[in-house]
Amino acid sequence: MSSLAHITRIGLRKDLRLEWRSKDALNAMIFFGGLIVVIFSFAFEPTQEEARQITGGLIWVAFLFAAVVAMNQTWARELRNQVLDAYCVSPAQPNALFLSKALGNFVFVIILEAVMAPLFVIFYNLRVLGPAWQLVVVALLGTWALVVNGTFFAALSLRTRSRELMLPLILFPICLPAVIAMVEATTNILTGDGSATSWPGVLAAYDLLFTTICLLLFEAVLKTE
Amino acid sequence: MTSLAVTTPQSTQQAVTAAVELRNVSKHFDGVIALRGVSLAFDRGQLSLLLGENGAGKSTLLRLIAGLATATEGSIALFGSTERDKWKCRLGFMPHASLLYDELTGLENLQYFAALYGIRDREFCQRAIAGVGLDPGLQRRVGQYSQGMRQRLSLARAVVHDPDLLLLDEPFSNVDVASAREIAAHLARMRDAGKSVLVVTHQPQVLDGVADEAVFLEAGRVIDRRCWNLEALRAFEEASLGSRVKEVRRL
Repeated sequence: MSSLAHITRIGLRKDLRLEWRSKDALNAMIFFGGLIVVIFSFAFEPTQEEARQITGGLIWVAFLFAAVVAMNQTWARELRNQVLDAYCVSPAQPNALFLSKALGNFVFVIILEAVMAPLFVIFYNLRVLGPAWQLVVVALLGTWALVVNGTFFAALSLRTRSRELMLPLILFPICLPAVIAMVEATTNILTGDGSATSWPGVLAAYDLLFTTICLLLFEAVLKTE
Repeated sequence: MTSLAVTTPQSTQQAVTAAVELRNVSKHFDGVIALRGVSLAFDRGQLSLLLGENGAGKSTLLRLIAGLATATEGSIALFGSTERDKWKCRLGFMPHASLLYDELTGLENLQYFAALYGIRDREFCQRAIAGVGLDPGLQRRVGQYSQGMRQRLSLARAVVHDPDLLLLDEPFSNVDVASAREIAAHLARMRDAGKSVLVVTHQPQVLDGVADEAVFLEAGRVIDRRCWNLEALRAFEEASLGSRVKEVRRL
């Protein structure tokens, strides 16, 4: 039988292909994220120093809100034509489906961040005072924290009537520790405060813990009638 | 339907290990009883029909056998085992929905689903598509397929891993006569190759001369089981007509 890695890979390739053809998630995410940036830029008119203090919070709130759109879309396409049933009757491991979905969402949110980050730099006239490469580490760890929980809880709310409302209600409180770590780390790097080093460690521990929990529980979620 | 006389078909002579064996299976949904103590066995190499009016519990029974739902009471064994993981490679399932991605081509769909069963051979998938009368080279996405083409591709998806037991829910709905006959011919070939086939349908006449037996359900209970022949077909048609007359009178 095929390995977890092989099924994950073909699932990821299938999801990327579906998204490339439909652009359901990416279009919605980027449009929504762009709107948030514009609204924030009208709501706040900070100086360059103030911008460094608040952009960490604004940027992650924008990514979090926009990412929720992608998480909902991920599972919605498995419900069309009840395709999820075909996976459930097959001998493929449930965790391969979860990992492929989480990795797919990770790719989509990273694309969103790559598009949105320059907009924040332009709108808030940002100049990074700390080591900029650390922003990449924080972005990777923080994005995984969002998508691993988002993918799991989107699957959990899959069979509820108001699933698009349920996801943020469940996800945001769970993601709060990760969001605090992301915001603190980003702000510290932008302002050049040397105390940024502990936050990526917190994010890595959070990622490890929640990835393990999600992998342990996903099979039960998938089998829920 | 209750007017049908009970006859004992050859297929009820239970083999040592039946393809499917249900023992006192019940299923309750939020206060609704879909199945009530169903005990049935389906032999290997048989094509069996599950017949009954809407809401009789046919599709629920199929989903229970497929492992997509859990019985509230009773047990289900496939090929002598009650462990679901042991069945999965030997089971093919074609429900009413197509279970296909509209944005992918037929071949891309089949390659993905075949990979879930450890099949990585592209030619194998192409043969499966050709086997149901479709062109494996067709670049059109499934969303642009006709209903008949979707049903045929859905059948190819269900049988791509060469299952020993095939479960089909309304395979002939919304398809033209030619497509229905091709699907029926494919099922007959599978049965002749020793596979067990269970079909839920409201059009059993399509499988006239192909099906071996019919099980009749009503309100979650098995009310009759008989060999599928001209007499059984007439009885089914009379019972269906009778239920429609009753429905018209009720309205």
